[in-house]
Amino acid sequence: MLGLFSSLDCSLDIFFVEALINGVLLAGLLALLALGLNLIFGVIDVVWICYAELVMIGMYAIFFFVQKVGVPLPVAFLLGIGIVAIAGALLHDLVIRPVLDQPPINQLLVTGGVLFLLQAAATMAFGIEFRNLGISLGSVNFGDMSFAWSRIITFAVALGAMILLWQFLTRTYIGTAIRAISQDRQIMPLMGVDQKKIYLATSAIGGGLAGLAACLMVLQYDIYPQIGLQFGPLTFMICVLGGLGNMVGGFVAAFIIAQFITIGGSCVATEWGYAVAFLFFMLVIFVRPQGLFGAKS
Amino acid sequence: MITQKTIGWAIGLVALLLLPFLTQLVFPETDRYYLHLIIQILIWAFIYTGWSLMGRFGLTSLGHGAFTGIGAYVTVLLWNFAGITPWIGIPVAMIVATIAGLLVGYPCFRLRITGHYFALLTLAFTEFIRLCIIGLRDWTGGSLGTQPARHGDGLSFFAFQFEPNRVLAYYIVLVIWLVGLAIWIKVDRSMDRYALDAASQDEDAAASVGIDVTREKLKITALSAAMCAFGGAIYGQYQMYIGPETIAGLGVSLNIVFAVIAGGIWSLFGPTFGAVFTQVLAEALRVGLRGSETLSKLLGQSALALDTFIYGLLLVLFIIYMPKGVVGTLAERFRRKSGA
Repeated sequence: MLGLFSSLDCSLDIFFVEALINGVLLAGLLALLALGLNLIFGVIDVVWICYAELVMIGMYAIFFFVQKVGVPLPVAFLLGIGIVAIAGALLHDLVIRPVLDQPPINQLLVTGGVLFLLQAAATMAFGIEFRNLGISLGSVNFGDMSFAWSRIITFAVALGAMILLWQFLTRTYIGTAIRAISQDRQIMPLMGVDQKKIYLATSAIGGGLAGLAACLMVLQYDIYPQIGLQFGPLTFMICVLGGLGNMVGGFVAAFIIAQFITIGGSCVATEWGYAVAFLFFMLVIFVRPQGLFGAKS
Repeated sequence: MITQKTIGWAIGLVALLLLPFLTQLVFPETDRYYLHLIIQILIWAFIYTGWSLMGRFGLTSLGHGAFTGIGAYVTVLLWNFAGITPWIGIPVAMIVATIAGLLVGYPCFRLRITGHYFALLTLAFTEFIRLCIIGLRDWTGGSLGTQPARHGDGLSFFAFQFEPNRVLAYYIVLVIWLVGLAIWIKVDRSMDRYALDAASQDEDAAASVGIDVTREKLKITALSAAMCAFGGAIYGQYQMYIGPETIAGLGVSLNIVFAVIAGGIWSLFGPTFGAVFTQVLAEALRVGLRGSETLSKLLGQSALALDTFIYGLLLVLFIIYMPKGVVGTLAERFRRKSGA
């Protein structure tokens, strides 16, 4: 890279369209990541700073079951989702519950301690090397454009998961209770809803979503202990941009941020795509602090 | 009037001044290593103290990894590429960091972005700066980091390079640390402290009694950012290496916040204790693991992560059981005992 922007010659050519579509595909994954975090924030009012580290644990779990134990991939996926769901419930029960009465910022920071803990645990168990499952699903070609199947599958599954979650939240009793408690934390216990149980269920579902994201991410990304630092800040940014706790807002924000990353990445360099996305995020928050779709409080 | 407190301060100061000679006496062969550890503790203690100025008023910034990064990189880049001495470069870096802090702070404080939102917004700022450092790899060396060009034999007044002479380096950072404590005390005794305390409890009530909340917050942000930039620059001058992960980015931000919380966010020596605690823990585990055959056989290379593991675990326990930090909790116990 000679000059900083010497390669900035994006026109509406085939690569631009390719980047655009890849951006949409990436957005599916980011939206799924944001969904779990938004669900937990909306209901329990805490931010899991270690959310992306739960995804990392899931990825390593899948890697472990496939490579070391030798179970078939679909079984490993189910095990991975289950393990992260349990991890989410444990995180709530052991770490979040004792600090629910403390200032919100302590709740955020305590999960930051978990971030260090999980990252170090992964390093000790699997080392710092980049791992992958060695699965290649090939790609599909449209003229000169090519899209990896793993990305297309990721997008489809992420979309499906979101629709399923929506059905769950609107059609079932426990889903309705979850939505109700996110609207009024004080009243719901009086209506006979067991707050503790709902919090635990929400944490498990949030963890399960992280596990699902892990299944999709092992198909396209290498696994390494610091992968959470790559996706974590991005996920928070999408959640805040869409309005913390607002799941639809997070969905739209994921698409905006993904376009910045893929188009910026294909026009200049990957890190500048990310940098512009973060800058855009800060500017939006300075204009609309409640996020693009958040309600004014 | 000579009080117990003044005597305590005097004894402490004399002990610190004699410390290099004491380490030489006790550890004649390895005194360079111990001094290195102490110097690192003091540099980080200064940075942590700078952060705690904001943190204690409820402004939990995750953006200070950006300020230390700006301080280190602006200083080194000005020296490497423009030949500007750090004597000018460091103040420039501090000004740049202060301006950056004000640019992020002003909208936050005007729009009353606090709590989660403030933490996540400043987190985005840190990531932005880290990505810029990596992106400008022609100058900064990207993820690999860079080194300040050595001036002569590495011991230079003009280039503010003092790394080879550990005793000199110790006295330099000791003075810096003491200045940091003095700034903390000055803030603690100022009217601004009461204004900020009030604002952190209830912004509307504070504003209604005539406190310009935005202005007060901006003042403390500027001071805190400048201090962290200075600390980052000194870190670069002493380590003679800077990297986006070691002096900038989210990891640094989180380390700052956690060390201060572990030490005690509301006490003068809390951040310093946090620095002692985290650095000694990391070093002790590193040395201990290297010494222990079974542990290093069991964990191999990844044994290095054990300190982070214990660190993370302790942080979780600290926040759950000791939200005031070690120094704060001890002080409270002490006060309760002497009061009863």
